[in-house]
Amino acid sequence: MTRFAVAAEGIEKHYGKVHALKEVDLKVEKGEIFGLIGSDGSGKTSLFRILTTLVLPDGGSATVGGFDVVTQYRNIRKIIGYMPGRFSLYQDLSVRENLDFFATVFNTTIEENQDLIKEIWVQLEPFSSRRAGNLSGGMKQKLALCCALVHRPDILFLDEPTTGVDPVSRREFWTMVSRFNRQGISILVSTPYMDEAALCNRIALIDDGTILETGTPSQLSENYPDDLWSVTGDSLHTLLVLLKSHPSMHSCFSFGSSIHFSTAPGAINKDVLTRWLESHDQTNVSVTSIKPTIEDRFLSLSIERVHR
Amino acid sequence: MNAIIASNLTKKFGSFTAVDHISFDVSEGEIFGFLGANGAGKTTAMRMLTGLLKPTEGKALVAGFDIKKQSEKIKANIGYMSQRFALYGDLTISENIRLFGGIYGMDAKLIAEKRDRLLDELHLKEEKDSLVSRLPLGWKQKLAFSVSIFHEPKIVFLDEPTGGVDPAARRRFWEMIYAASEQGITVFVTTHYMDEAEYCNRVSIMVDGRIEALDSPHALKTRYAASSMDEVFQMIARKATRTAD
Amino acid sequence: MHTLSAFVRKEFHHILRDRWTLIILLVTPIIMLVLIGFAMTTEVKGTTFMVVAPERDVSTSELVQILSQSVYFTFAGYLPDEQAIDSALRQGMAGLIVVFPSHFASDRTNTGTSSVAVITDGSDPNTAKTLTNYASAIMLGWAQKQNTTIQNTLSIGIETRLLYNPAMKGAYNFVPGVLGMILLLICAMMTSISIAREKESGTMEILLSSPMQPVVIILAKTIPYFFLSCLNLVTSLAMSMTVLGVPVRGSWVALICVSLLYIFVGLLLGVMISTIANSQLVALLVSGMGLMLPVMLLSGMMFPIESMPFPLRLISHIIPARWYVSAMRKVMIKGLGFGSILTELTVLACMSAVLLVISLKKFKPRLE
Repeated sequence: MTRFAVAAEGIEKHYGKVHALKEVDLKVEKGEIFGLIGSDGSGKTSLFRILTTLVLPDGGSATVGGFDVVTQYRNIRKIIGYMPGRFSLYQDLSVRENLDFFATVFNTTIEENQDLIKEIWVQLEPFSSRRAGNLSGGMKQKLALCCALVHRPDILFLDEPTTGVDPVSRREFWTMVSRFNRQGISILVSTPYMDEAALCNRIALIDDGTILETGTPSQLSENYPDDLWSVTGDSLHTLLVLLKSHPSMHSCFSFGSSIHFSTAPGAINKDVLTRWLESHDQTNVSVTSIKPTIEDRFLSLSIERVHR
Repeated sequence: MNAIIASNLTKKFGSFTAVDHISFDVSEGEIFGFLGANGAGKTTAMRMLTGLLKPTEGKALVAGFDIKKQSEKIKANIGYMSQRFALYGDLTISENIRLFGGIYGMDAKLIAEKRDRLLDELHLKEEKDSLVSRLPLGWKQKLAFSVSIFHEPKIVFLDEPTGGVDPAARRRFWEMIYAASEQGITVFVTTHYMDEAEYCNRVSIMVDGRIEALDSPHALKTRYAASSMDEVFQMIARKATRTAD
Repeated sequence: MHTLSAFVRKEFHHILRDRWTLIILLVTPIIMLVLIGFAMTTEVKGTTFMVVAPERDVSTSELVQILSQSVYFTFAGYLPDEQAIDSALRQGMAGLIVVFPSHFASDRTNTGTSSVAVITDGSDPNTAKTLTNYASAIMLGWAQKQNTTIQNTLSIGIETRLLYNPAMKGAYNFVPGVLGMILLLICAMMTSISIAREKESGTMEILLSSPMQPVVIILAKTIPYFFLSCLNLVTSLAMSMTVLGVPVRGSWVALICVSLLYIFVGLLLGVMISTIANSQLVALLVSGMGLMLPVMLLSGMMFPIESMPFPLRLISHIIPARWYVSAMRKVMIKGLGFGSILTELTVLACMSAVLLVISLKKFKPRLE
C-alpha cells in the first residue's frame, strides 16, 4: 500500500470569512509519532476534522491509510481512532459503560484488544462504575484514549490530548502514547505545548493556518538561523529590558529562569556580552551558548512571518 | 501588609476533603504562583478565596475582608480572569470594557477615559468597535487581563490565563503581569506552564488538598536539587495519591 | 444489529438517568389532563339570571323554576320592565335575562308557538353563546314536554357539538388535543434535543468518525422516545377514561393506528429539526416555537378551526396535530371507526413519507 499513514496536500478551509487553513501540506509516515505544534486558533482542529472525515476541505486533497478523505471516508472510519479536543465521552455513563459502548460501535469488545489497552485499563478499572463526568481531568484523558484505542486502529488522531492537564499527567500520557506507537500504531497528535514536540519523531509547526516548518526536532533546531544565548542574572526583568536594547539583538525572550537572546551568527561572543551586561550594572551575570529548543524555533519563525 | 492571609482553610464535600487545612500569606504586589496537579484542590481553593464558596473550616482574609462574612466586599475589590471565560465574544471591545467597568461601579466618565488610554496602550484603538470574537486568542487574553484590572483592584486572580496561547503572546502577557505587579496589584495566578512558574516571586504546590511546598522558585530548586521548576513539580506532584476527584 | 441495540441501550441509560426530564415527560400529560379536564372548563355554571314577565302565569313560573333548578343558572329575581335590562346587565346583577312577552300563555294556546327573548352580555361572545344555548336547550326541552314549540327570537344557533356532548363537557374537547400536544412534545422536541446534545458535547464527532452508519444513530435516537410516547399514550387514555370520564367509544384499532402514525410523524419532525440545530437550545426553541405553539393554537385543540379566518384555516392543514385531533375526536367521542378517518390517515401517511425523504436527504454523514 502506501508508505504514508496520512498525506495531505494543499488543504484549504474557510469558515465564513475566517481562512482557517492555507495550503496545508502534511505527511505522516507509517509507524511514526507526528506532532502538530501550534497555539489555539492555528488550525489544528480544523485539519484534524478534515483528516478524520468529519468535515470537507474547500480545496486540496488528503488520504488517510491510502483512502481519500472525501470519496472513501467509510474505509477510513474503520481504521482510525480519534480523540477530539475537549472531553467527548458520555458524562452520565460509567467508565465501563462508555468503553463497552465504543467497543461495540467499532464491532469489537474490551476483551478482544486487552493486550493493547491493558495498561490504561488497569488504571481505570478501580473506577469502572463511576460516572465519567465525575473523573478528574487526567482520568478523563485516559478514558478517552482508551476508547479511541479499543478497536486497535491503524492510525490514531489525538487532538490536544494534554491541554489543561498538569505536567505530571502530561508526561505519563506521552509515555503511554509512545508505547502504543511501538505496537505499530501511527499517531498524529496536536499540542500547544512546545516541550512535547521533542517526544515526537517528526513535527510540523503551524500558526494561523499555515505550516511554518516540518522536520525532526533536531532538524528544526539546526534550521535556527541565529546564535542563541541563555542569559541569567540577579534581576531577570531588568536584564530583559536591557538586552532588548542591545544593538545586535535579533530576538529576546524570557524563558522561565533565564533569557534567550539571539544574534546574527558570529555577531557577538560570550565574554563581550557578559562584559557589556556587567558594564550596565548587572550582577551575577552568566551567559551560555545553547542549542535552540522547538519553542525558540517557533518564536523565530513567527517573528519572520510578522516582518514579511 | 498582606493581600491574602489564609489560615487552615478547609473545604469538605461530604466525606471528601478537597482542600485540607492550607495556610499561606501573599504580600501586596507579589506575583504568587498557585500550582498543583488536576484534582489537587486548586480550583476549590481559588473559589473560596474569591468569595464564591464558603469554607468548611478555617478562615482567610482577602484584601482585608473575611471570606466567610464579607464575600461581597471581596468580589468588589478583586479582579478575575480565567482561560475559559474572560470576555463576551458577541460584544465589541468597547462594550465589554463599559460592561465590566459598570459592574465594578466605575462611573461613565472614568470608564471612557481609562478605556481610551487602555486601547492606546494595547494598540487596539481602531478595533474598538469590532467583536471580541474576531480577535486572535493572544489579543483576547491580553484584553481580558486589562479588563480584569480595569477597576484597579488590589488583587487579581488569574486561572490558567495563558492556556493554549502561542509562545510570543504568552510572554507579552507576562510582561503585562509584571507591569501590574509594579503598580502594586497583587497577582495570584495558576498555570500549567512550568516556565511561567519561574516568573513568580513565590510559588506554592498543592498535592492532595495540602500545600506541599511554598517558596521562591530559586529556593525550591535549591532545596530539591533541581535545575527547573518542571523538575521540582515532577518530584513533588508525583507523590500524589489522589488520581480522581 | 448489535450496534443498534447497544446504542439504544445507551439512550435508555441517558433517559433514565436524567431523572427530572423523565419525570416531567411522564407526569406532564397527567397534570395537563387533570388541570384541563377539571379546572379549565368552558362550561359556565351558576350564572345569575333575571326575568322580565309582564304577565306571570303557570308557564312562565314553570320555566323560571326549571331554569333555576339547572346547575347553570341561579334565579335572581324579576325585573320591572325591559328598560331595566340594560342596567341590570351592565351592573352585573345578572348574566342572562329572559324576556317573556305579554301574551306568552295565550300565544301558546292560540297559535301553538310563542316566543321568548334571551338576552346576555355580548362582550364575551363565547360565554354569551354558551349561556343562550343552555337557556334555549332547557326551554326547548320543557316545550317539547308540553307539546308545543317555543321560538327563540334572538337565537344564534345550536352547535352540533350538542349531539355528541349533550352536557357539553369541556373535557371531551380537550383530551384529543392534550394527547396531540404531549406526543408531539416527546417525539419531536425530545428527539431533536437528544441528537443536538450529541453534537454539543462532541460525542457526535467520535460517532461519525467511526464505522457506524449514520442511519443507526437516527434509529437509536428515535426508538426510546417511541416507547416513551406509547407509554404516555396508554397512561393518558387510562386517565381520561377513568378520572375524566371521557370514553373511547369507537374502534380501538383505529385509535392505535392513527396514534402510531402520528408518533411516527413526530419522530421524523424531531430528526428534521436536529439537522438544523447544532445546540440543544436551538432544538428546544425551534421545536417549542415552531411546533408547540402552532399546535396549541391551530390544531383545533383549544379554538375551533371553523371559526378561524381563512389564512389560518389554510395553515392548519399542514399541522399534523390538526389531523390527529380530528381523527381522535371521531374515534373517541363520535364512536366511529376506520372508515371515517381515512382522510386523516392518508394525510398523516403522506406527511411521514415527505418527512422521511427530507430527513434522509438532509442527514449528512459529516459534521457540517
